[in-house]
Amino acid sequence: MMEMQLSSLQPGETGIIQHLDEGGRGLTFRLRDLGFTEGSRVTFVFQSPLGDPLAYRIRGTLIALRQKDAALVTVCLPEGENI
Amino acid sequence: MSIIRAALAGNPNVGKSTVFNALTGLRQHTGNWPGKTVDTKTGTFLHDGHTIHITDVPGTYSLDAHSPEEIVTRDFLLTDPADCTVIVCDSVTLSRNLILALQILQVTPRCVLCLNLMDEAKKRGIAVDTDRLSALLGCPVVPCTARKKAGLDLLKDTVVKAALAPAANNCPAYSAEEIPALADSIAMQVISQQPDTVHRREMFLDRLFTGKVTAYPIMALFVLVVFWLTIRGAGYLSAGLETLFSFLLPLCRDFLLWMHLPPVLVSFLADGVLATLTQVIAVMLPPMAVFFPLFTLLEDLGYLPRAAFNTDRLFCGCGACGKQALTMLMGLGCNAAGVTGCRIIDSPRERKLAILTNAFMPCNGRLPMVLFLTGALVFLTAGREASGTLQTVLLMLVFLLCVSVTLLLCRLLSITILRGTPSAFTLELPSYRIPQVGQVLVRSVLDRTFLVLGRAVSVAAPAGGVLWLLNHILIGDKVLLSHIIRFLDPFACFFGMDGVILTAFILSLPAAEIFLPLVLTGYGHTAGDSFAALLGEGWNGVTVLCVLWFTLFHWPCSTTILTIRRELQGEDSPGKWTAAAVLLPVLVGLAGCALIRWGTELIHLILS
Repeated sequence: MMEMQLSSLQPGETGIIQHLDEGGRGLTFRLRDLGFTEGSRVTFVFQSPLGDPLAYRIRGTLIALRQKDAALVTVCLPEGENI
Repeated sequence: MSIIRAALAGNPNVGKSTVFNALTGLRQHTGNWPGKTVDTKTGTFLHDGHTIHITDVPGTYSLDAHSPEEIVTRDFLLTDPADCTVIVCDSVTLSRNLILALQILQVTPRCVLCLNLMDEAKKRGIAVDTDRLSALLGCPVVPCTARKKAGLDLLKDTVVKAALAPAANNCPAYSAEEIPALADSIAMQVISQQPDTVHRREMFLDRLFTGKVTAYPIMALFVLVVFWLTIRGAGYLSAGLETLFSFLLPLCRDFLLWMHLPPVLVSFLADGVLATLTQVIAVMLPPMAVFFPLFTLLEDLGYLPRAAFNTDRLFCGCGACGKQALTMLMGLGCNAAGVTGCRIIDSPRERKLAILTNAFMPCNGRLPMVLFLTGALVFLTAGREASGTLQTVLLMLVFLLCVSVTLLLCRLLSITILRGTPSAFTLELPSYRIPQVGQVLVRSVLDRTFLVLGRAVSVAAPAGGVLWLLNHILIGDKVLLSHIIRFLDPFACFFGMDGVILTAFILSLPAAEIFLPLVLTGYGHTAGDSFAALLGEGWNGVTVLCVLWFTLFHWPCSTTILTIRRELQGEDSPGKWTAAAVLLPVLVGLAGCALIRWGTELIHLILS
């Protein structure tokens, strides 16, 4: 299983959250509240016309994050998917 | 027979306010974007002989609150627990909603889970096993669709029963770390998902509204359509109201005379109070009655957060937060509302930026003035009245100017007095919902009408009275007003205006909408808004440009100033920041006017 940053997922790719780095400013808490928790499946859906922020589908909701904040989340690609 | 205190809590944008309205019959504003409700609101309903006071609290993602409106919620739930807490959940995004639900179940004694938006869930092929959910959570679960008033009686029954029950929840205790995973597993157990066609339609809309090629043209199109409809619609309505008032005013005067009131008093009431009042209503009411319903439709659709999503990069580049786009759009309606809306911004620095620059968006109160001035500009350059289309384009340019100035100022502020780097940005993009057109139109037109009429009576009528007094109290051989005008004249002239204009700006501090009547009275005209009257007073292109610039950028109205002061409460030296919020637009306004005035002078000098 390959680990990567959430921000480097390709559009349509789904990852499983491995861990969240402490980003300071309470961001990690905020992400957890929004459902970005270890083991959750997250899909990169689309990006803003200017390239940033990025929109992710998680727990049935659509959440926009900036690239540098999404980089704090480590995901792995589940095997057998995303080919 | 008892009095029950209940609270409505839940994630942002799950329809708490809709549930609240459906229960209480009140008409709290709702909108399809997270953060619409920023303050608690309490209402009352009767059920089975019990009186239930229910409080709608701002939505929150967690009890570890991070933003001001979330702190309101946490404090409300924790410090003085209600007899029954109704946790409102969105059936479509249950997994995320359950995180907060489980947190609340841990700390409050009696809860009812209200599964709202069941119709949306059904459309998406989602079925929820409510009995199972109730068993897993250890609290009653009531499915409902508040928008269609379905399931409300059961909800009322359950709330009363839960509030009067001696036993507390029997939700097992979980640690904070366990909750997210638990929420996911509970959701998995109770939800069965059928193939979903709504999702594909939403993806299409998102591709359209946020696509590289389509996003900005569509945004511009929305703004243009809103402006165009506002201008055209307001034009007809204004003309109608003016005709009505020109018929009513003489009748009122006759009535006052018939009552044998002293002539001075008749003049005071008819020429002062009533004249200003009717003029403000005729000018103010129409644009608001058109703009607000349109804005509400966009709001209900769920488009506004997409606008913030599309523009965040620009705001980020200027050291601000993308959610500021939302507060600026609200400011376009009313700056005081925009300033309050800034609570959705988490970072105190970015929130301050948004508050300080909100008045740079021309609110509805200034819209008629802006239209009048752009119209005057067209009249001066082309010698004819501007068409609705041309007016729309000009208004769009003014809008872009205001956005640019706001962004520029944010950039300047964030490298000077509000230094710092952009903080994190998380924004939920809610599902699109089909706006309830009929209901929205009727409600927001009525609400706006009453609001404007209320404001007109409380602000415009007294202002009209004061103006009449200023215009009739003699000091020496001149009335008081001309003394003030003469005193301000040299200063105003330096900035391309004149004493009358500046006096009118100062006197319209309570409400920007009384500016135009004030200017006309200042020149000694009774009514009418023809450019000819102003051209006769020596207005030229430079005057119009300067007045336009100063209309866009001067002090916020007194209501907004008070709101800014209240919203900055709890910051260091709120007084100082409020002063900054007033001075900032004044400086930009004066600097711009001086530039226009002396710049053109210089060009003339070079050319001649």
